[in-house]
Amino acid sequence: MTVGQSRTQTVVVERDFAHPLERVWRALTQPELMEDWLMKSDFRLEIDHRFHFQAEWGEIDCKVMEIEPQRSLTYTWSAFDVETVVTFTLEQIETGTRLRMEQSGFHADQKHAFRGAESGWAAFFHILEQTLENY
Amino acid sequence: MMLQNDNLFKSLGDPTRRRVFEHLCLEGDQTVRALTERAGVSQPAVSKHLVVLKEAGLVVGKQRGRETLYSARSDALRPLIEWADQMTSFWEARFDRLDDVLKRMDQ
Repeated sequence: MTVGQSRTQTVVVERDFAHPLERVWRALTQPELMEDWLMKSDFRLEIDHRFHFQAEWGEIDCKVMEIEPQRSLTYTWSAFDVETVVTFTLEQIETGTRLRMEQSGFHADQKHAFRGAESGWAAFFHILEQTLENY
Repeated sequence: MMLQNDNLFKSLGDPTRRRVFEHLCLEGDQTVRALTERAGVSQPAVSKHLVVLKEAGLVVGKQRGRETLYSARSDALRPLIEWADQMTSFWEARFDRLDDVLKRMDQ
């Protein structure tokens, strides 16, 4: 079995929407609109703002990390003690807006990694990939 | 997007533990002593990490004489891969709904 490194390490979903970028940005950042497609939350477009998404199965703890108006938005996403980071990137294209969602895993321990990048998740999945190939 | 195997994620969330597990994946069966030499933490610390890894089903120990040999069960990682698949489906479905919201905003 071969496990694609990018698939396991990061979840990426990208789609082109036939709508202006400004509208997509609003849908990503206004709680009343977010509720309609994502989940109910007490989100505010403000660095370091802590908020929760209310999922049917429980709460997701989040914190706004980065804001680049009309370009990108990053927040942490912790559920079941697993911290991931979600980044939305918007790009204007001829037909509207290209939206990319990237959810990368386990951000928390990047900060206090035991031996820096070599023990990060990227390296880990690389090893995992090699190991699973032998099965 | 439920995480069926909560333990697995928690146990691998710790970098030292992940390193121990990586080492077992790469080098095959190891004793606590050999693992301690590589981990850069004390032997009791390594033993504690091994207990957690065993509970998550990532590591098994077998007795050889006076020592226990530990080995990795990398097939226990499948839930991690399944998690990525589940998250992908989750976001795909949410993007469908986003498209509806955007259409409505147009009106």
